[in-house]
Amino acid sequence: MTHSMLFGTLSWSVFPTNVVAIGGGVILVGGVLAVAGLATYFRLWKYLWREWLTSLDPKKIGVMYLVVSAVMLARGGADVILMRIQQATSVGAHAGIVSASHFQQLFSAHGSIMIFFVAMGFMFGLINLVLPLLLGTRDVAFPFLNSASFWLFVAGAGLVNLSLIIGDFSTAGWLSYPPLSELAYSPGSGVDYWIWALQIGGIGSLLSGVNFLTTVARLRATGMTWMRMPMFAWTVAGSMSLVAFAFPVLTVTLALLWLDRTLGMHFFTAGGGGNMMMYVNLIWSWGHPEVYILILPAFGVFSEVVACFSGKKLAGYASMVISIWGIVFLSWLVWLHHFFTMGAGADVNAFFGIMTMIIAVPTGVKIFNWLATMYRGRIRFATPMLWFMGFVVLFTLGGVAGVVMAEPPADYQLHNSLFLVAHFHTMIVSGVLFGYFAGITYWFPKIFGFRLDEKLGAAAFWFWTTGFILAFGPLYVLGLMGATRRLDHYAAGLGWQPMFIVAGIGAALVMIGFALQVAQVVRSIRMRETLRDTTGDPWGGRTLEWSVPSPAPEYNFARLPLVHGRDPFWSAKHGGAELWGHEPYEDVRVPKNSSLGVLIGAFALLLGFGAVWHIWWLAALGLLGAVACVFVRAFSENTERTISGERIAHLEAAARRHAALPV
Amino acid sequence: MTGPTLMTPEMRAEDSKAVFGFFTYLMTDFVLFAALFATYAVLRSGTFGGAAPASVFNAPFALLETLILLSSSFACGLALLAARRENLRNTLLALSATFVLGAAFLALELSEFSRLVASGAGPARSAFLSSYFTLVGTHGLHVALGLIWMSALALSLRMRGFTRGNLRKLALWSLFWHFLDIIWIFIFTIVYLFGII
Amino acid sequence: MLIIAGAAWFAHAHGASFPLLSPAGPVGLAERSIMLFTFALSGIVVIPVFFLLFYFSYRYRAGHPKARAHHHPEWDHPTRFHEVFWWLIPSLIIAVLAVVAWRSSAFLNPYNPIGAAPALTVEVVALDWKWLFIYPDQGIASVNRLELPAGVPVHFLLTADAPMNSFWIPALGGQIMAMPGMTTQLNLEARATGTYDGASANISGEGFAGMAFAAVSVSPEEFDAWVKEAKSAHRPLDATAYRALAAPSSYVPPTLYSSVSSGLFPSIMMSYMEPSGATTSMMMRM
Repeated sequence: MTHSMLFGTLSWSVFPTNVVAIGGGVILVGGVLAVAGLATYFRLWKYLWREWLTSLDPKKIGVMYLVVSAVMLARGGADVILMRIQQATSVGAHAGIVSASHFQQLFSAHGSIMIFFVAMGFMFGLINLVLPLLLGTRDVAFPFLNSASFWLFVAGAGLVNLSLIIGDFSTAGWLSYPPLSELAYSPGSGVDYWIWALQIGGIGSLLSGVNFLTTVARLRATGMTWMRMPMFAWTVAGSMSLVAFAFPVLTVTLALLWLDRTLGMHFFTAGGGGNMMMYVNLIWSWGHPEVYILILPAFGVFSEVVACFSGKKLAGYASMVISIWGIVFLSWLVWLHHFFTMGAGADVNAFFGIMTMIIAVPTGVKIFNWLATMYRGRIRFATPMLWFMGFVVLFTLGGVAGVVMAEPPADYQLHNSLFLVAHFHTMIVSGVLFGYFAGITYWFPKIFGFRLDEKLGAAAFWFWTTGFILAFGPLYVLGLMGATRRLDHYAAGLGWQPMFIVAGIGAALVMIGFALQVAQVVRSIRMRETLRDTTGDPWGGRTLEWSVPSPAPEYNFARLPLVHGRDPFWSAKHGGAELWGHEPYEDVRVPKNSSLGVLIGAFALLLGFGAVWHIWWLAALGLLGAVACVFVRAFSENTERTISGERIAHLEAAARRHAALPV
Repeated sequence: MTGPTLMTPEMRAEDSKAVFGFFTYLMTDFVLFAALFATYAVLRSGTFGGAAPASVFNAPFALLETLILLSSSFACGLALLAARRENLRNTLLALSATFVLGAAFLALELSEFSRLVASGAGPARSAFLSSYFTLVGTHGLHVALGLIWMSALALSLRMRGFTRGNLRKLALWSLFWHFLDIIWIFIFTIVYLFGII
Repeated sequence: MLIIAGAAWFAHAHGASFPLLSPAGPVGLAERSIMLFTFALSGIVVIPVFFLLFYFSYRYRAGHPKARAHHHPEWDHPTRFHEVFWWLIPSLIIAVLAVVAWRSSAFLNPYNPIGAAPALTVEVVALDWKWLFIYPDQGIASVNRLELPAGVPVHFLLTADAPMNSFWIPALGGQIMAMPGMTTQLNLEARATGTYDGASANISGEGFAGMAFAAVSVSPEEFDAWVKEAKSAHRPLDATAYRALAAPSSYVPPTLYSSVSSGLFPSIMMSYMEPSGATTSMMMRM
């Protein structure tokens, strides 16, 4: 590879040449241009910049997270469609629609995107939207850090998409095991794109983890003891403490792989004294906790949703808390189950297998407690509750597959097969995605002031679940037929094709489900007057966020609430202790907007791009720029503004005309 | 942390939030170093025919580095005491001493690195050397970052004096500096002492 | 569900087999019984969960005629008995499964020899992107075709001259990784004669889909005849031939080598290790 001072290893040959890849690039560039064009045409840039991009209001940052994640879900979904077509057609003498290396880029990008930029994005988005409201506070602990984290997340996502147009993405799978991911076997820039996209996004996640953990620990409303917290806040605390412990390991692992590739070091190389199995240990000692990082807040969402739609207190609160921390603790003792087949001793395999099974106990307890919450309730099957039902059915079945694979000898057969692929998709889609879909539907009115259309929501749910079963049922079966994952081609005599065709149909149904969700949002915006939530409490809620008007004002609470027990809003509605006094409104200080977060993201993108293409001046510029932004922010004063008590009185009077609780 | 100025509940909340958040951050940094230590422990024997730990490390040199870094922490403590008494001159003086000692530590470390590279024992030579340079170098990077942070802090102290924000940052920075000491003690023990034995 | 079952039946009718469910060797059979046992035991939790979920959804739905009467909004404390019950039942099941995991991991350790009968040794080298099978005792080698005598235990020694691969013959039993600079082991046995599909289960680069191979189990007499045939192939696997073979290629048709240097397998492994020859990897047998 040639290298120039100015352009590093970039050359004209980095642009895509085959039809499908060009198509992807055209859609991406066209989409970006279309959005930019519309924003210019409608003169929205100033509005977007002032009201959204530079905002430090966690509710707005949360919405931006959701938008980016939904776009990335579409991107990861487009990868799925291509993969499903390929595996349904690339049989025997037929070569399918993409090359082997393109197919490998598709699944590598799909996995990285779905975990880092969809699941994580939905999770952080939802936490931003509701965590301060649930805790009865006005903001997260570090509002600027929150904005910086978000823009690092965007920069990482941007880097993945840039690889569609300039160069290639990694072909080494979403966890890039060496030595395949080492320079000797992957000489291109693909693995570097992967490293930098994850590194930048991952550092954003790490900072978010610190931020939200501090928020839960330090910013709860007066009277909200730990054991009075809503269950969602507990799950966030569990998840974020895992982030704080696990993500530094990812940072190190990615950095070491990059040092191998860039400075010729020998951490994981074949030869040179390197140890590739150490990489596998390191990446999974991040990777396994990551699974629980994603799923715990989804469990939290389900806890809130089931209690609300059953019209009951959450059953077994203490049990739930114990099981969260049991899961947090155990998630550190299971990473080796991702590679039972690496030749570890029988005792080691058995230990990790048993630890893995034990996690099923606290998880099972949570399911029983949700069922006990439904017992003697008055259950309303609004869309969030539908997602819960789908979750219990699919997650339990996927969990059984997981327990089977936790037996090391069974895993010898099932590992790396499509059975495994089907298992973890069941857990992540039904557990994580369904959870966040439920949460978004549930809290949507609190953020936007109107509910989402129920009919389209239910239709989307049915397409998602039916499509999911059709897409992944065949993969379980294919695993039992001995089909391994990541095959861009297979022999006709194996008889796998019918199953792959069914899986493709299922994936198409899931896509329709996603399209229906987009339609649901569009339709709800158009019908917003009929769907408007005038009371602030559209579902008969139990927790503090429903005590404020919808959409929640910038300052969240006009008077900070006083909490006397669990479900404080429910008891206040039913004649219990009042949430706040009647003293006049005081001035509230909120953070001013800051463009430094956007700048940090932009500099991080330059750093990543420069490092991928060895354009060292650009990388240095990006690094120095980002660090400079941090210092400028750290030493700037006057970062807050005041909303006066009179203004709040005026706003509240207007917003609370139909409130469930009098002012 | 008790400040000299009268504190409102908001200020106290602000401090407690910052301290909690910073401790959480330090913990994540600790995990980061733990991963690097684990890597070093695994790859220590991966010398691939190149230099082995015993032949690479120079004990008196590492001891000198240790003493310098520890005395910089002592100076950092003096700066904090002076700040508590709102003595700007002494605070800045102690910070300067910290800076000089920290910079001397970095200079020594870099001289050792260049000596090794010159003798053909650079980071690309073997897995052992990769992990050694990365572990010690990451600590060095932290020290460099601490020096830059401290310079900005000293500048801010000169310009604005002992504001709440400056006092808080000084306290957090000193936590960071002591944290780097602790990490270095681990490096000194695990890398240098165990390497020579 | 019906569609999937139908498609599975259709696939089966068109030649698909379920090697994990109808294995042809003792290892695969034992692994299957663990899968099925674990699956069945999990049913003790799954079936009540499904029953309660749908029963409660029906019984306590807001539209139920007696919904108001059934509603107990403050009921949040499953009795001590219930709580203990649903911590205990899953724990008991997991305890049983844990015993199974402990014993079966030892019993089905891929490094364990099968039975007392002398085993056939096969050295397996994963290459970019094909499998080299060396029969050290017979002095021959074969690419992408693994010939095995039925009823004889086989002891595999595996390494790679390529990125990580995973050596898997589903009909015979579980897989093991093949990694450069290291040796792993696997013991399998084919009880009946037949041809079984084998593959690499771990992505190893562009041509990895083309690493499928056939494991052919034949009678001992046929195996001896095959060895003879190989020996008469006049195609020695010397250093030059090995270099040509090791160059990246995929979908390589089966090839026989009449002789092979006895030191080939260790020398491939050692080429990634320290020049001094000491082992680097403390995690190798972790």
